[in-house]
Amino acid sequence: MTDVSQTPALENEAELGDYFALLKPRVMQLVVFTALVGMLAAPASVHPVIGFASILFVAIGAGASGALNMWWDADIDSVMRRTAKRPIPAGKVQPGEALALGVGLSFLSVMMLGLSANLLAAGMLLFTIFFYAVVYSMWLKRATPQNIVIGGAAGAFPPVIGWIIATGSFSVEAWLMFALIFMWTPPHFWALALFMRSDYDDANVPMLTVTHGRPATRRHIMAYTVLLALLAVGTGFTAIGGYIYLTVSVVLNLLFLIGAWRIWQRDEAAAEADNYMVERKFFRLSLYYLFLHFGAILVEASLRTWGMGGW
Amino acid sequence: MAIRAEHEIHTRRKGRNVGVGLMLGGFVVLVMVLTFVKITQTDFTRAPGTANPPAAVGGQD
Repeated sequence: MTDVSQTPALENEAELGDYFALLKPRVMQLVVFTALVGMLAAPASVHPVIGFASILFVAIGAGASGALNMWWDADIDSVMRRTAKRPIPAGKVQPGEALALGVGLSFLSVMMLGLSANLLAAGMLLFTIFFYAVVYSMWLKRATPQNIVIGGAAGAFPPVIGWIIATGSFSVEAWLMFALIFMWTPPHFWALALFMRSDYDDANVPMLTVTHGRPATRRHIMAYTVLLALLAVGTGFTAIGGYIYLTVSVVLNLLFLIGAWRIWQRDEAAAEADNYMVERKFFRLSLYYLFLHFGAILVEASLRTWGMGGW
Repeated sequence: MAIRAEHEIHTRRKGRNVGVGLMLGGFVVLVMVLTFVKITQTDFTRAPGTANPPAAVGGQD
């Protein structure tokens, strides 16, 4: 008789949570939030059920691209400390299962978004999944130090999709929200690459820290932060901005610029001495930065429905 | 080892099956509600791609 407790394959059998982890729930949170803000900031009303369902399908589409990314990157995930416990390297989920889940959920989410919202939104979701899974994961990530810069577009599409769900068309404001995430992504990930020192080196991922060195990465963080600050504050003067957004944006960008300046001004010896405290603080601030910018856009949009907010 | 009616693996599988069942049930309900909303919102009296009749947009009497 077989004692099931002795069988490694069974002991390692996946729980529902392991399949959920394939969908990168933390990335999904950001996608849901930014897509929701894009939808609510648009100058058109959406039925609550249609809005809820559409955002859910965008989240499922984002999850599907996460599963495809984990399937493709399983080899490097097992090398990097940050990702070694993901379901595939941990042996909980088979690569084929992740691929099937990713492909299945991609079709389901695109088809359902087309039915619940409109075909343009569905087309944009399909393009986003393709961009993240194929353009970023398969082509760019292991080929160029610009991986994060160009690949960042995949994470920047959700507010545009949200806007299209509401209006059925593109607009300058939607692309400004896209640009905000697009410009934010490089300094956010490069700060992470600075203090997760050996991870990308070990996995042979050509991050800027590996190909151009750490001083160059520090300079790039500074340059992108300056461009980001101009864009973020400038957005405050458009139709999605207002006094509240502008105030929040000016404060956050001042803090972000100070952080980037401090990163630029120090060398590796100083960073190692305090265990990358400045870089870690900058990374943490970057999370609040994006959340509060989109939160302010949401507040302005909410106030506008009451005849306040905006300019 | 004593034979138990339910091994930890069985509990794990049960949790997985219940989870998938609930998600499928939720999906069915969502599609049903979505269909209801879409049907009640759509004006089936006008051809696709045509403008709303004047009365519907508050036009002249």
